[in-house]
Amino acid sequence: MKPKGLLYRIKKDMRKNYSLYLLVLPVFIFYLLFKYKPMYGAIIAFKRYTPTLGIEGSPWVGLENFIRFFNSVYFKRLLKNTLLLSVYSLIFGFPAPIILALLLNEVRNNKFKKLTQTVTYLPHFISLIVVTGMIVNFTMTTGVINDIIVFFGGERSPLLQNPHLYRTIYIISDIWQEVGWGSIIYLAALSGVDSQLYEAAMTDGAGKFKQLIYVTLPSIMPTIIVMLILKIGSLMSIGYEKTILLYNPSTYETADIISSYVYRIGLLEQNWSYSTAIGLFNSVINLILLTITNKLSKRLSETSLW
Amino acid sequence: MKIKRSKGEIIFSGFNYILLTCIMIICLYPVWYVVVASISNSSLLTQHSGILLAPLGFSLDSYRKVFKNPMILRGYVNTLFILVTGVFLDIIMTSIGAYFLSRKGVLLKKPIMMMILFTMFFSGGMIPFYLTLKDLHMTNTLWGLVIPFMVNTYNLIILKTSFQSLPESLTEAAEIDGAGHLRILFFIILPLSKAIIAVMVLYYGVGIWNGWFWASTIIRKRELYPLQVILREILMQNDVGAMAAGVSAADQESVGMTIKYATIVVATVPILCVYPFLQKYFTKGVLIGAVKA
Repeated sequence: MKPKGLLYRIKKDMRKNYSLYLLVLPVFIFYLLFKYKPMYGAIIAFKRYTPTLGIEGSPWVGLENFIRFFNSVYFKRLLKNTLLLSVYSLIFGFPAPIILALLLNEVRNNKFKKLTQTVTYLPHFISLIVVTGMIVNFTMTTGVINDIIVFFGGERSPLLQNPHLYRTIYIISDIWQEVGWGSIIYLAALSGVDSQLYEAAMTDGAGKFKQLIYVTLPSIMPTIIVMLILKIGSLMSIGYEKTILLYNPSTYETADIISSYVYRIGLLEQNWSYSTAIGLFNSVINLILLTITNKLSKRLSETSLW
Repeated sequence: MKIKRSKGEIIFSGFNYILLTCIMIICLYPVWYVVVASISNSSLLTQHSGILLAPLGFSLDSYRKVFKNPMILRGYVNTLFILVTGVFLDIIMTSIGAYFLSRKGVLLKKPIMMMILFTMFFSGGMIPFYLTLKDLHMTNTLWGLVIPFMVNTYNLIILKTSFQSLPESLTEAAEIDGAGHLRILFFIILPLSKAIIAVMVLYYGVGIWNGWFWASTIIRKRELYPLQVILREILMQNDVGAMAAGVSAADQESVGMTIKYATIVVATVPILCVYPFLQKYFTKGVLIGAVKA
């Protein structure tokens, strides 16, 4: 049979599956309007955009906005804050759910296990507004955390105004909110470990600790590696929502990250093109990081995102 | 099988139970504090210092003030509107997309899949998205909080994976009987996917209930504020003024405190009530998502 042209094949397929294409049309339009139109709109990063002239009508300025950002006094601080917050939350936040899952896995009383799961998943469902609202109230000079500090002989201080404590507060509250939810995936991996492996290890005289090192951890290592790679791939995309709710001018020095800066410069000060350029810079770095980690993941664990 | 446990294991096990109990207390205590503080007597609460285990006195005053606040009721109504319309449209759109992507023998499926997946890894960014919404007249309307967020790509992939795991013979049989795509999707596939749809309802529902950022960005009219935005004003910007009216200046702060805590309870209880019932479903969702991701 003679191979037909691509256009012909598409036409034929369109005729055959037209009702299916018609059905998916709203979803297709959704992606065009709300995902691809903003991507096109990102070209204002290379323009001097004013709403009256519109995206097309605004004059091109090349890389001016990017150069301005790289030369700005904030550039180093924002990059440092973004990376530090991510790296700290990786170091402290990443192992936490694994440890919780390992502890839960040792519980034999099923009722207790279920209860612990229900309780530790709960904070995940509390809204960010409420969580940050609680943080603000608890860390106030008159708040409960200061009460505890005083009890142990410390001094009262407004904790959230202290730039040196900002990251600690951010990361501890993050762990509090997500540790249980994050443990689900490791618990599932743990339940898949063959019990014969443990029996064999026990006949060889391995105690609990040796079983952990030689049986449990190697069995869930693929899951751990995939999760770690995903986490590294999103180092630069740490969320702005919590930052916007928690920071204030007195903590900008450690708290302000790229995405919160984009928000401030763009939505609050309406510096459209400049903030879009900073956001685009962040997105591109993200994509590069993700591509590299994905390649690594393919080589190391034969799992990849695409 | 009963395994004999060594002394060390028994000690470890005891230690483990104690540790997990501590973790549970840490997870629950802030929530408990808020509840207890909200029903405490406001002046006793300000005088009190340190850990709070039980309510100090008992007063439902703060709740009375919260429910009298017209903005909170307004916020509830607005949130309920975007919750109901949002979850409904989200489920329909995501199902349609997932159905399309789960079909075999469609030529353009692959490029469309690529186009959808790409949006998970790259986006135009916050500002172009905002300008797009403005362009499409999605600002200052509750629909602007529904329509631009109808499909979450991550959820779409979860649902697609789930649809693909259904036996193909079912849809084939229906096709032979002359059923169209809508019929197959809504009368065969969806009824068989109740568990995963429950997960989707939970994911989308929690996201909408807790969402605040875009609401605070694109909505300027106060009467359109959803609950979380009003909550933010009360919690962060100390905007209890109206509710604490008629209270002496000295008592303002203490009354404000209990009002804040009562507001948190009022805004959080609905979610916490639903979630334990859906717990058995959502682990499933996390797992299907993880297999793919």
